Amino acid sequence: MSHAPFIWAAYSIGAVVLLWCAVAPLVKKRSITRDIRRLIQIEERSRDTNT
Amino acid sequence: MFIHKMGSPPWFYNFTGKFIPWFWLIFGVLTVWGLYLGLVKAPADYQQGESFRIMYLHVPAAWMSLLIYSTMAVMAFIALVWRIRIMEILAMASAPIGAAFTIVTLTAGSLWGRPTWGTYWVWDARLTSELVLLFLYLGIIGLYNSIDEPRKAARAACLLALVGAVNLPIIHYSVKWWNTLHQGSSISLLGGSSIDVSMLWPLLIMAVAAKFFYGANLLSRARITLLQQDIRKGWVREILKEKN
Repeated sequence: MSHAPFIWAAYSIGAVVLLWCAVAPLVKKRSITRDIRRLIQIEERSRDTNT
Repeated sequence: MFIHKMGSPPWFYNFTGKFIPWFWLIFGVLTVWGLYLGLVKAPADYQQGESFRIMYLHVPAAWMSLLIYSTMAVMAFIALVWRIRIMEILAMASAPIGAAFTIVTLTAGSLWGRPTWGTYWVWDARLTSELVLLFLYLGIIGLYNSIDEPRKAARAACLLALVGAVNLPIIHYSVKWWNTLHQGSSISLLGGSSIDVSMLWPLLIMAVAAKFFYGANLLSRARITLLQQDIRKGWVREILKEKN
């Protein structure tokens, strides 16, 4: 029995899982930064209309 | 003094941000080096043939699954006793990384088991206790996300993390306490290793690389949670303005 498919499968799954683990915070950071910027814009707009 | 500084969100955010790129760089270099030595240079095992090369993924991942849980339990204890918010955040940021390493451990182990034992899975003590570890990680993540108030959520999940720590010695000693299909440890810090040096070095390099992965990932996740929790505070806005 050739062992290559088992080795490739193990490393491929490992790479996908760890890559997802590494990328997930970057995706989340982007969405949070967008939320904060939107919040700042809303606050600035409401401040402008009040003055 | 350092612990007081650590408690300050803007200081923690700025200080840890300097380390992350370096941790990723060291992780990358060590991984390439370790994989080259393990997959290309190391000779095939005289009994297992080429399938032993899964060890360079499976064993460091298994060590990390235990190390991350231990670290998380210590941080959870500190968070519960001294109510340090950054410790709650670090403990909770550890859980998904630990879960990822446990998934890698179980899948790589299963794929190593098929050519070695003739089966992908058996309900033996080591495999089952490692699966319980995955469920513990998932339980902690689920509990943390199920409560709206973040500090309450973190405290509840920290308590579960502490209770679950009882599984750690069971995993470690399972191959000694019970008659298992899973082999015993080939590497010992005190008693020497039964593995050849040409196979041992890539394993150690991969194990160190995994620690840098954890460090970089943990700090990234903790910084993002801080931003999320302090979204209405001035320091978050100042940081964003500085970046513009």
